[in-house]
Amino acid sequence: MTTVANGVNVQALLEARDALKGAPEAAQFTWRASSKWQDGVHSTTTVRDFFGLGQEQSHKTESVFEADHPAVFAAEDNGITPIEYLLVGLAACLTAGVASVAQNRGIQLRSVESTVEGRHDIRGILGADSDVRNGFTDVKVTFTIDADASRQEIEALVAQSQKRSAVFDALTNPTDVTVDVA
Amino acid sequence: MLERGEVANSWRHERWDSLRLLTPNWQSRLPGHHYEGPDPDGYLTMAEVTEFIERFAKVTGAPVRTGANVTSLRRTDDGYDVTTGRGEIRCRTVVIASGACNRPAVPHLAAAVPASVRQLTPFDYRGPSELPDGGVLVVGASATGVQLAAELRRSGRPVTIAVGEQVRMPRTYRGRDVLWWMDASGLWDQRYDEVDDLERARRLPSPQLVGTPERTTLDINALTAMGVEPVGRWAAVRDGRALFSGGLRNVFALADLKLERLLDTFDEWVRRAGRDADVAPPERLPPTRVPASTRLQLDLRRGEIATIVWATGFRPDYGWLDVPVLDEKGRLRHEGGVVDSPGLYALGLPVLRRRKSTFIYGIEDDAREVIDHLAEYLSARR
Ligand SMILES: Cc1cc2nc3c(=O)[nH]c(=O)nc-3n(C[C@H](O)[C@H](O)[C@H](O)COP(=O)(O)OP(=O)(O)OC[C@H]3O[C@@H](n4cnc5c(N)ncnc54)[C@H](O)[C@@H]3O)c2cc1C
Repeated sequence: MTTVANGVNVQALLEARDALKGAPEAAQFTWRASSKWQDGVHSTTTVRDFFGLGQEQSHKTESVFEADHPAVFAAEDNGITPIEYLLVGLAACLTAGVASVAQNRGIQLRSVESTVEGRHDIRGILGADSDVRNGFTDVKVTFTIDADASRQEIEALVAQSQKRSAVFDALTNPTDVTVDVA
Repeated sequence: MLERGEVANSWRHERWDSLRLLTPNWQSRLPGHHYEGPDPDGYLTMAEVTEFIERFAKVTGAPVRTGANVTSLRRTDDGYDVTTGRGEIRCRTVVIASGACNRPAVPHLAAAVPASVRQLTPFDYRGPSELPDGGVLVVGASATGVQLAAELRRSGRPVTIAVGEQVRMPRTYRGRDVLWWMDASGLWDQRYDEVDDLERARRLPSPQLVGTPERTTLDINALTAMGVEPVGRWAAVRDGRALFSGGLRNVFALADLKLERLLDTFDEWVRRAGRDADVAPPERLPPTRVPASTRLQLDLRRGEIATIVWATGFRPDYGWLDVPVLDEKGRLRHEGGVVDSPGLYALGLPVLRRRKSTFIYGIEDDAREVIDHLAEYLSARR
């Protein structure tokens, strides 16, 4: 089909799309993470198993994520803050999208870099001002892309990656969240 | 020809008062019948379209049986049984030409809107004077949404418009109607078996166009300049608050990029056709302006919004169709108008055979091909 090599198996993705069109049950995935409090505001979250294509699945290896607060919050800084994990997710998701769309459109990428900035007014979480929300004030992502493509094509890649991004959607649209005590 | 109402029923009863066609007069053409008035570049009012179609029915001697509502269509061994308000009919073939826009499509969100807010669809809407005073939230920014938002804003009301996927178009480009370009460049003739993603092409919203004597462009920039406030796609209602997507910037970027590609296609076509001298020099539209801050929520209980207008599209109504030819989403299963049941055909659906299939101007070519198929079907079974 295309001769570009961005390392994305678009053919497999397109085949999956066609296969899942007629099998909506198989398309139902559940992603999971398990978290354990360590000490102070330090916690450790592990991710390994998920459900999808009708059965339990596992990543090749378990991933472990330390979350804490930095010293300016009078904490130990054993890991990044929880809200920074959202930036990690957003950057990774959009980057994956750029690579997939580029592969699908036959655009050879040489480098894709991005910086993600989430502005945050912490008076919200501190309860210092009830008009300030807890979450990000706004988020700005800046891509620097080197590819065999015009600026317009690169802008279209970035726009399309947002359109198909799970994390972009999860951040920009409300999600029904239930938190229970087992 | 069975018609539940009168000839040109949808144009008489299912449109708002100020509406004019968004297709220019010279595109008001049906086989052997076209606009002959003094203003080929203008846009017909609803009274004029109705008259146009009535005249067509008369000059062609179309055998229309009015007041004949079809309540059931069933398959028989050699054809179909049709139940109408005026009796039963047996036939060997049927063409479903009941329209693509029988019902306004309203999302589930509507059920969660507080009762204090009035809700209208384009079928309920005639003009601003029937709305209560106070703010209006228009949902959807395709042709209907942008037109109603502009009209309601001009009536002095504060208007917010929730913008999802949109197709931005200037009214004129390089001195010509943008629909002249769609036609002349061949884009509108692109066939259903040629387009990249047919499913997407069929779901494409209508372009942000309005037919006015001034031939004005009515994109989001025009609306913002009038004081209409754009917000993101309406995603949910929580505790009486409307929550809008924070992805507005990307919705704008996608529409701007697509518009640029469309204009590039026009420029390239006119150059290759050697017709550059027929049109004005190339131009580009400024990007859609993103407001300095967009609202992510609106409290629907506070009285700021008195009315919600659902300009979220239309869908066909097949409640009378007792032949199993609908897919899981309720859409008719057909291949270029040849429905998945022998002797059953369809016309007038989005990209049925070409991009122009749902326009008055687009029916002729589709009808010829679909009727050719039908005639062959009949002659093979004589
Ligand atoms: C708001 C709006 C604006 C539009 N503007 C334009 C425009 O500017 N230019 C343009 O070219 N197109 C426009 N269109 C598209 C327009 O609908 C088509 O161009 C054209 O009118 C479609 O004709 P039709 O005969 O296929 O459908 P319709 O006009 O919908 O006619 C279908 C007929 O079938 C009848 N019917 C339906 N169900 C039954 C039944 N069960 N029994 C008996 N009769 C039935 C209906 O009463 C109706 O008269 C617009 C559409 C809408 C909704």
